[in-house]
Amino acid sequence: MDLFEYQARDLFAKHGVPVLAGEVIDTPEAAREATERLGGKSVVKAQVKVGGRGKAGGVKLAATPDEAVARATDILGMDIKGHTVHKVMIAETAPEIAEEYYVSYLLDRTNRTFLAMASVAGGMDIEEVAATTPEKLAKVPVDANEGVSIEKAREIVAQAQFPAEVAEKVAEVMVTLWKTFIAEDALLVEVNPLAKVASGDVIALDGKVSLDANAEFRQPEHEALEDKDAANPLEAAAKAKGLNYVKLDGQVGIIGNGAGLVMSTLDVVAYAGEKHNNVKPANFLDIGGGASAEVMANGLEIILGDPDVKSVFVNVFGGITACDEVAKGIVQALELLKSKGEEVTKPLVVRLDGNNAELGRQILSEANHPLVQRVDTMDGAADKAAELAAK
Amino acid sequence: MAIFLTKESKVIVQGMTGATGMKHTKLMLGDGTNIVGGVNPRKAGTSVDFDGTEVPVFGSVKEAMEKTGADVSVLFVPPAFAKAAVVEAIDAEIPLAVVITEGIAVHDSAAFWAYAKAKGNKTRIIGPNCPGLITPGQSNAGIIPGDITKPGRIGLVSKSGTLTYQMMYELRDIGFSSAVGIGGDPVIGTTHIDALAAFEADPETDLIVMIGEIGGDAEERAADFIKANVTKPVVGYVAGFTAPEGKTMGHAGAIVSGSSGTAQAKKEALEAAGVKVGKTPSETARLAREILVG
Repeated sequence: MDLFEYQARDLFAKHGVPVLAGEVIDTPEAAREATERLGGKSVVKAQVKVGGRGKAGGVKLAATPDEAVARATDILGMDIKGHTVHKVMIAETAPEIAEEYYVSYLLDRTNRTFLAMASVAGGMDIEEVAATTPEKLAKVPVDANEGVSIEKAREIVAQAQFPAEVAEKVAEVMVTLWKTFIAEDALLVEVNPLAKVASGDVIALDGKVSLDANAEFRQPEHEALEDKDAANPLEAAAKAKGLNYVKLDGQVGIIGNGAGLVMSTLDVVAYAGEKHNNVKPANFLDIGGGASAEVMANGLEIILGDPDVKSVFVNVFGGITACDEVAKGIVQALELLKSKGEEVTKPLVVRLDGNNAELGRQILSEANHPLVQRVDTMDGAADKAAELAAK
Repeated sequence: MAIFLTKESKVIVQGMTGATGMKHTKLMLGDGTNIVGGVNPRKAGTSVDFDGTEVPVFGSVKEAMEKTGADVSVLFVPPAFAKAAVVEAIDAEIPLAVVITEGIAVHDSAAFWAYAKAKGNKTRIIGPNCPGLITPGQSNAGIIPGDITKPGRIGLVSKSGTLTYQMMYELRDIGFSSAVGIGGDPVIGTTHIDALAAFEADPETDLIVMIGEIGGDAEERAADFIKANVTKPVVGYVAGFTAPEGKTMGHAGAIVSGSSGTAQAKKEALEAAGVKVGKTPSETARLAREILVG
């Protein structure tokens, strides 16, 4: 889960990374009081989870509370690279900036370790620094069990060749930033820029944090950081039911078991769609291993509730999942929707293989639902579902 | 001979007495796996009856190894306790630990991987978030259904569980030496490369099927490895061509970030290494079949 800047700022502050004062608001009028609290001037910063806000006009100085209201009026509702601005941060204005640096910790998948990155060339896109002047970006592996002591932090800072007068201060930031990374189960903590100001202090002026969804069991506070407004309503409904669902922009609803098989199903449907009016998959939905009839019914209800869906492809290879449970789930879901008075009009194509496939097929045959048809190969079923969606 | 797991393997189950552990221990026994014990400190000294097979419960991995000579552990331990369980297996220096658990925090898997490395990698870790591995007709360490296929000469390595089953099913008449599900998490123990190297060295494997998916660069690195080190034919499949950028597709590691981790890049890298890559699972199976039986 990627966080907004203001959420990252709050986590940095909590763990001792130096930041400027700021608060998040969602109406222009609130910018006045927030700016007054900061002594009458502020920076108005759009809160969107995408880079390049400054260039897009999403970050503006306000010399007075009135000006802050005007700037907030401009920025709220603005579209930045497809992201609508719903919130702005009213931040303390930075003291005169002398230099801008970059520091981060992240997971290095390739080497299966954590990585510290640091550069004196901050304030710009770090991927560009890495591509054009790689010698300016120090990359130092961090052992997950050893962590970052002040000595390790000094080593990182030395490798990045920070000027002597800020080296110790940056090293201290590397220690507190590591605390943030560990304490919050983050996949990424990044400060860019880390500014050296006229007084000689270093301050995190902007940052990014991405959190590990698998750590939710020990991070109860993270749930509150979710951007519930932005979530697609179908994705939110699926999440509430514990389903692994991603909305896409096609017409063929997909339900399958196992992330790999579902991803593969999306691809196979997209290929099949090339022959049928270019229809595409409408979603990713993994009912997981060992899914019960109830889980199957929940999944089907979400998919059938998507107005973009024209046909549904249920693709199950029963490993742990038993195909008879899947078949029962399909029958139950259709009955449930009927009893709720929601008429199901979308055709379902079902392919069942593996554990109890014969039983499952038999249940579907006996139910003999007019909208359900069985196709016993994955490619054949994908083709049929695409054809039906194209009608 | 197969890779990593044979009929000689003596298997223990960490988390055997939980619901999932019980269910799959029973299935593994049914597939002929030599299960010599379970581990649960609170139930040490007891035993569990699986349809007439008494499996003793030990207090620790170390104790189980001392008393039974176990050399493989399969872990069905919930995410919150998985790190401690893997560390215990590493401390006991069991040669193979198969971590089935899904949903382990990355900080935990990074920590146990760093720990295994610091201890000299005496324990091969497979997973986490994987279906385990099977050597058909000999032994099954994990949750791969044992009745899909028979012993044969194809080696399979895959990030995905259900795609493993699908591919075994497509090629069930030919059969497999071993099938290894390495897991879909960002940090995993055994990689495509490790399995490719083992299959290359295995005299009972004639062809290798490699299944990848979006995210990370494991497939690209496997392609480099194949080019330099693998003489046996390799057939590949990559899932996730239609996955949108920035969305995690079920597996914690399955995410396209910018231009990296895309299925297209992985397919191209594999093809450049001489791997025949199928567009769909069935086409991939057809390519493998053409090579093996013409």
